[in-house]
Amino acid sequence: MSSTTAVTETVFTKQFAEFRASIGDDAMTKLRSEAFAYFEATGFPTPKDEDWKYTNVAAVAGGQWTVDSAGASGNTGEFNYKRNGFTALNLAFADIVVVRIPSETIVVEPIELSFTAEDGKAIFPHVIVVAESGSKATIVETYAASGRGFTNAAVQVLVEENANLTHYRVQKDSVEAFNYGVTEVEVRSGGHYDSTNINLGAALSRHDIDLKFVAEGAEAWVDGLYMLSGGQHHDTHSIIDHTVPNCLSHQTYKGVLNENSRGVFNGKVFVRENAHGTDAQQSNKNLLLSNEARVDTKPQLEIFNDDVKCSHGATVGQLEDEELFYLLTRGLPKTLAKNLLTYGFAEEVINKIEIESIKGELDSMVLNRLGAEI
Amino acid sequence: MLLEVKDLHAGIDGKEILKGLNLQVNAGEVHAIMGPNGSGKSTLSKVLAGHPTYEVISGEVLFEGKDLLELEPDERAREGVFMAFQYPVEVPGVSNSQFLRLAYNQKAIHHGQEELDPLEFNDYLKEKAKVVEMDPQFFKRSVNEGFSGGEKKRNEILQMAVLEPKLAILDETDSGLDIDALRIVAEGVNKLRNDNNAIILVTHYQRLLNYIQPDFVHVLANGKIVKEGGKELALELEDKGYDWVKGASV
Repeated sequence: MSSTTAVTETVFTKQFAEFRASIGDDAMTKLRSEAFAYFEATGFPTPKDEDWKYTNVAAVAGGQWTVDSAGASGNTGEFNYKRNGFTALNLAFADIVVVRIPSETIVVEPIELSFTAEDGKAIFPHVIVVAESGSKATIVETYAASGRGFTNAAVQVLVEENANLTHYRVQKDSVEAFNYGVTEVEVRSGGHYDSTNINLGAALSRHDIDLKFVAEGAEAWVDGLYMLSGGQHHDTHSIIDHTVPNCLSHQTYKGVLNENSRGVFNGKVFVRENAHGTDAQQSNKNLLLSNEARVDTKPQLEIFNDDVKCSHGATVGQLEDEELFYLLTRGLPKTLAKNLLTYGFAEEVINKIEIESIKGELDSMVLNRLGAEI
Repeated sequence: MLLEVKDLHAGIDGKEILKGLNLQVNAGEVHAIMGPNGSGKSTLSKVLAGHPTYEVISGEVLFEGKDLLELEPDERAREGVFMAFQYPVEVPGVSNSQFLRLAYNQKAIHHGQEELDPLEFNDYLKEKAKVVEMDPQFFKRSVNEGFSGGEKKRNEILQMAVLEPKLAILDETDSGLDIDALRIVAEGVNKLRNDNNAIILVTHYQRLLNYIQPDFVHVLANGKIVKEGGKELALELEDKGYDWVKGASV
């Protein structure tokens, strides 16, 4: 490279040279090198970056990570590795999995993808999901790091014409772990994308969602829950982009924050000039269970067309006194009543999950968090 | 005596609303408390149930001879006091059956009785649901969420059926009900009425009393009971209006 940009050697520099040598030359070699060069030039994001104002990843940047990637290659198409340092690093070390659901095929059993970053290791899963026209499937993406594992994941989803894709993303890493993930979604005409994103684990996690409608008559649900305690920090940044007419997007994100945990929600919805007939609803509701917990929420709706139905809103609050009183008058002791209300708040998102085994596991994880038996 | 209210003064935000209320209720009795808006009907219900924003200024409330005002709202409930809300609260994400089983089991634990597991409870609940002609599909739905006004009130009476309180206070249970829902709710209450429990009907209108016949009618005005009598008093009141009693005192 003949760049004048100052390049700082990182824990990844030597590992990347070895990694590249070990996987040999293939169609992705050049791209990986470009992505790595970009990472070295930009580094990890810092709070000076407007998009990372509330999320400081210094602990990740300073970590002594051992790269753990099989380095499977694949065609990442238009993946925007320049989004930030994480995405550039992901592409450099990407271990690619491709899931292709053939046209007009209904896959009944859920397709499960599970990623585990071991203590001290850094993993770079990169999943490409193509739901071909008229297909129907459910993808379950699970993260379960142990110890101080570092997950740096990217998922690219293409929902083709009239395809129907349900996407569950469950992040239940150890509470010492670090997790960055980006989900890029493109929905084509008549496509139906329904995602539920559950964030329970990790000391520090961030999920970027970037969904774009590229043809008319498509719909998407982008829902999520973050349930945090101790010193956990979670940040969801999402962009839903209505570039074409007559698409529907619904987003419900809920946060439950206990002790001195911290949540960030930043949701942008764009309705472009020609996107008439758009139906875009967005809400972010947060429940603070302690005085030390904190959430920064910023729902943003930018509309450049009049013929649309849009709403957005955010709330931050505590349990409702009237709800609590109601449960008390039915004989539930105060702690149980509070736990039940908190559980109910979280359940609204979890109840969407149609796979009983996953729903059951999440139910008990939520109850565990509350130290409750219901 | 099941409930004895003696010279009760209570209010909200520093404003006295009940100004020396006396009431005696025995097991097996149905009492109607009637009164115009602002007379203190709702305050009485809330104070008996233990709503935290209402303050008791002075007076006494004994439930089975024990000081009711000493108890937290949940303790009162487990002792057998139940209030059907005028505006039942929605509890999203918690299913009706989950909620009712928890409530049932808390009371069972308190009284040293056997708890029910979900299957046993489901059978119990199905039986109870017949009281208010409630479809079992409501069991799985979140508590009161998306219920119509009538369904919410029926759900309150279902809760009463499940918890079998000794004293049930029905706070404006007739408000917002059409005639069919009113009939179902009233018939439900009549089925639950027995020699061991007592019911206090708090209502503005006489209409409910056509369906649930009270043993006693008390008329509340300006924080005090100003007239008392049998069920015929309600009809007289309907006829003459509340202005008739406003100046009166017992």
